[in-house]
Amino acid sequence: MFDLIGVPPQALFGQLLLGLINGAFYALLSLGLAVIFGLMNVINFTHGAQYMMGAFCSYMLLTYFGIPYWGALVLVPIIVGATGIIIERLFISRLYHLDHLYGLLLTFGLALIIEGMFRKQFGSSGLPYTNPIPGGTNLGFMFLPYYRAWVVVSSLVVCLGTWFMIEKTQLGSYLRAATERPDLVQAFGINVPRMITLTYGFGVGLAALAGVLAAPIYSVNPIMGANLIIVVFAVVVIGGMGSILGSIITGFGLGVIEGLTKVFYPEASNTVIFIIMAIVLMLRPQGLFGTPK
Amino acid sequence: MAEALLAIRDLHAWYGESHILHGMTFDVNPGEVVTLLGRNGAGKTTTMRAIMGMMAKRKGSVRYEGHELIRLKSNRIARYGLAYCPEERGIFASLNVRENLMLPPKVKDGGLPLEQIYRLFPNLMERGASQGTKLSGGEQQMLAIARILRTGAKLLLLDEPTEGLAPVIVQQIGSTIRMLREQGFTVLLVEQNFRFAATVADRHYVVEHGQVIDMIPNAAIEANREKLKAYLGV
Ligand SMILES: Nc1ncnc2c1ncn2[C@@H]1O[C@H](COP(=O)(O)OP(=O)(O)OP(=O)(O)O)[C@@H](O)[C@H]1O
Ligand SMILES: [Mg+2]
Repeated sequence: MFDLIGVPPQALFGQLLLGLINGAFYALLSLGLAVIFGLMNVINFTHGAQYMMGAFCSYMLLTYFGIPYWGALVLVPIIVGATGIIIERLFISRLYHLDHLYGLLLTFGLALIIEGMFRKQFGSSGLPYTNPIPGGTNLGFMFLPYYRAWVVVSSLVVCLGTWFMIEKTQLGSYLRAATERPDLVQAFGINVPRMITLTYGFGVGLAALAGVLAAPIYSVNPIMGANLIIVVFAVVVIGGMGSILGSIITGFGLGVIEGLTKVFYPEASNTVIFIIMAIVLMLRPQGLFGTPK
Repeated sequence: MAEALLAIRDLHAWYGESHILHGMTFDVNPGEVVTLLGRNGAGKTTTMRAIMGMMAKRKGSVRYEGHELIRLKSNRIARYGLAYCPEERGIFASLNVRENLMLPPKVKDGGLPLEQIYRLFPNLMERGASQGTKLSGGEQQMLAIARILRTGAKLLLLDEPTEGLAPVIVQQIGSTIRMLREQGFTVLLVEQNFRFAATVADRHYVVEHGQVIDMIPNAAIEANREKLKAYLGV
């Protein structure tokens, strides 16, 4: 069968796996952006920098404190999420009464500052992080590295867990309701400003978690987030701003499409997501899963 | 005389620069149903929002059970046992009927049990899984009232619950309000329809230009019919 389309199965499945890995990061990052945008109406341009902070934080925990990967997986989202909480309280919370654009400019500026600080401290050549689960298994049609399988599975679990929390729990109903009418939800007795702060911390924690997952795959680098976040914003535009399930499905889906493009038409693999974005914007400007405003 | 359950004194409120409430002063006693009557734009909704702490700029005094609320945030105010049913009903589109009903957290003991709420409003049970905003206007109003009965709040602020609804539904809301009164709830009700108001309330305050200009006990409403018509312009 594979001979018919002229592609060896190893190449096909190999690219499919790479696509799934990229998709796992797209999904985690666009999910965090969707959660933040949904409640706060802030387009968090610091997201890429916070992903990078996640990777650096696990590098620093390992190098300076000897805390291994599995500890970082728990600690880093909390630490970086806490920095998010401070940023929200100090800066972002002052912009809610203004246009989206101000939040975007502020978070973009913060991203530049944070990335600049890390570049000054660590240089831009990139630092290695040891793979915590080396090895892999031969599935017959392809070789599956354990760590990559772990990344895909854990991202999927975190994404679906977040979806469940938002769509199916009481806490999630507070979040959804506050997205529509924060004043009324607050008048029912819920501390909405605190909920917004914690939500931002949670979204930032998701970005940091993606950073921890990324550290053993890509080298830990101050600009790793800046490169990725551009694609992630295209994913968000395609999925529809603020849609939770939409960001998960589009994240994984576009990763896979990108991988397949590498097999069948490698010349377009770097641009295919942006081409899809242009088409979606023409046919369905609110995004595949978004609701028109 | 002891202070009323809800004592409003010289309440002012602003939307941005526009000064809407100009010293509202009135009382609501425990177990009463009291209305605010007045023309469109008189400031009735603004009064409710100011009591609930939903007006960014407000001044004066709002005392509930002797506690001063004027400087508190709305989430703190709700915790004293005040609950607000807004004029536009505020049913959430991203929540189903059951989630809408269960949304407001319990703030005190003694709210109506869920079974009793479902007995009062059987439709809410049947349509529990529907999107909140898919309900008919009357059902949405029932839902908006029902969800604040669970929470243990004792003072209910109902903003024009009969607006735009069919006569049978208006009757049902009327009997619900009388039932709530028997159960010991206190109700502050905004109405434009004083014929309806007369069937449920103990006293009526007339609001004009952000001030209370008259108070009419329900027993005297017939004697004051012409005066009321003039106030309300009907
Ligand atoms: N969001 C707002 N921004 C600015 N002005 C407002 C706003 N909401 C209401 N107003 C003004 O405040 C005044 C009082 O409005 P309010 O809604 O309290 O009246 P109301 O008595 O409830 O009227 P209705 O019977 O029409 O509901 C009106 O002049 C209205 O135009
Ligand atoms: Mg009104």
